[in-house]
Amino acid sequence: MTTQRIVLPRKGYRGWGPRLLILAVFLYVGVLVLAPITALVNDALQKGLPAFQTALNTPQFWQSFALSLEIALGVVAIQAILGSITAWVIVRHSFPGKSIFNAVIDIPFAISPVVVGYMLLLAFGRNGFLNPLLAVFDFQVAFALPGIFLATLFVSLPFMIREMIPVIQNLDRAQELAASTLGAGRWTTFWRVIFPGLRTALLYGVALTMARAMGEFGAVLVIGGGVQGRTATTTMYIFHALEERQYVEAYTAAIVLGIGSVLIVSLADLIRHRTQH
Amino acid sequence: MKAILPQARLKARSPELGLRATSFAFILVMVVIPMAVILQDGFKEGAAEFWRQVTLPVAAHAIILTLWTSALMTVINAVMGLLTAFVLVRYAFPGKAILNAIVDLPLAIPTLVTGVMLVILYGPQQALGLFLNQELGFQVIFAPPGIVLALLFITFPFVVRTIQPVLLDLDQQQEHAAATLGARRWTIFRRIIFPALALPTFSGSLLSFARAVGEFGAVVIVAGNIPFKSQTAAVYVLGAVESENRLAASAISIILIAISLAVILFTNYLLGRRRGPV
Repeated sequence: MTTQRIVLPRKGYRGWGPRLLILAVFLYVGVLVLAPITALVNDALQKGLPAFQTALNTPQFWQSFALSLEIALGVVAIQAILGSITAWVIVRHSFPGKSIFNAVIDIPFAISPVVVGYMLLLAFGRNGFLNPLLAVFDFQVAFALPGIFLATLFVSLPFMIREMIPVIQNLDRAQELAASTLGAGRWTTFWRVIFPGLRTALLYGVALTMARAMGEFGAVLVIGGGVQGRTATTTMYIFHALEERQYVEAYTAAIVLGIGSVLIVSLADLIRHRTQH
Repeated sequence: MKAILPQARLKARSPELGLRATSFAFILVMVVIPMAVILQDGFKEGAAEFWRQVTLPVAAHAIILTLWTSALMTVINAVMGLLTAFVLVRYAFPGKAILNAIVDLPLAIPTLVTGVMLVILYGPQQALGLFLNQELGFQVIFAPPGIVLALLFITFPFVVRTIQPVLLDLDQQQEHAAATLGARRWTIFRRIIFPALALPTFSGSLLSFARAVGEFGAVVIVAGNIPFKSQTAAVYVLGAVESENRLAASAISIILIAISLAVILFTNYLLGRRRGPV
């Protein structure tokens, strides 16, 4: 999946055929994407601003939001470093089994989040095969923060790597060779020649990873268990609010989370658009 | 992604080898080991027990429901994704930039939020949901149509964004030549444009299918958890985990992993034949 900005050429059209096609696309996007978004915003507004504010003033909501943010930032930091290294290895190295390695990276994208959480539970849970080891260090993973962190790390794995690969492929290697001919060390070459070319993709990868990490639900639900205040992320807060029929709280939190994620990605998109022109 | 991969022979440079080891360890610990664990667990009681868990009526129904809703979504997504990409690349019209931005929205919106939005729009207590249910006898929420809608929303960008770059790179001279030779618009599309777009359409659709089979956040909100009616495989796994039914959870998880893995390897193989690895 490429998420690179695509330059759209402007072309005219004649006749009714194209008009009908354009209309069909607008109708489809309107019904499928815009109508649900409008419904959510409209519903929250109907209940009025005071209800909205009361829902926002719930301490549990902000607790869960802070927790999600904390986890997402940690995950983003790890993906930025290890994801970039992995993308680099895929593009620049050749080794046996490379195409399989390349395919394995896409697995977290397709595996069910519930299965991800369950896999971690099998490894780190009460009867998990790593449990004896964890017991020695008195370190709890399942139903605790480290488990949620690992689950989020798993589901957001492909985003940074897939964003970096095409950019690393397009780097001009002549510049790197020139730098080293002129006596630049590896470190200097990296910071002065390679890194500037990767900066924008890195930023976009960070944004996508961040949005994915903030929004993760299934895996976190299974491994985290949702201990109120301690392991409840924003998505789990929404889920529990729905179960307890506290709809205003749930919808308000959903709007905040949705707007936050869209803002992060749009901002990165905007910056990328700027730097390209 | 048409850049030719520089197949640099790696000289024994220690920092580069360090990078390689780091990335191998990362993928091994994060992806390979957890999958091996679940595979071992699912077959612990033997293949017969595994098969018994998969063919239990509740489990089988959940798997089949997951497969047909995902397949239906994939067909709709392939057609509408192709149409959307075509319109975005080939025509100029007011609101085009906005349309192009909207295509990316589902990528940013958390799937749980998607589920909440659909329930608000089509839920049994809402005006539209009530109308569809009472006037047309069509139930969306807590039923398969809701699942298909949620999956369509989530995977909408995949097909569009796979086709768009290919369509942009397509040489239009052939089309002009065909038009000069008297071919009609539909013939040009069928004989020249579509053959070039068949592979990206197919691979984008497969990707959306793989993603849809495992989808949970939106589906659990929209479909609920009604066995034999709206319970998908992923939701069934959650129930099995919660009731500590480890055999069932592992068996259905393996089925879900196998489907994703098969689809991803097949897609990579198809694309790899065309343009080499990566």
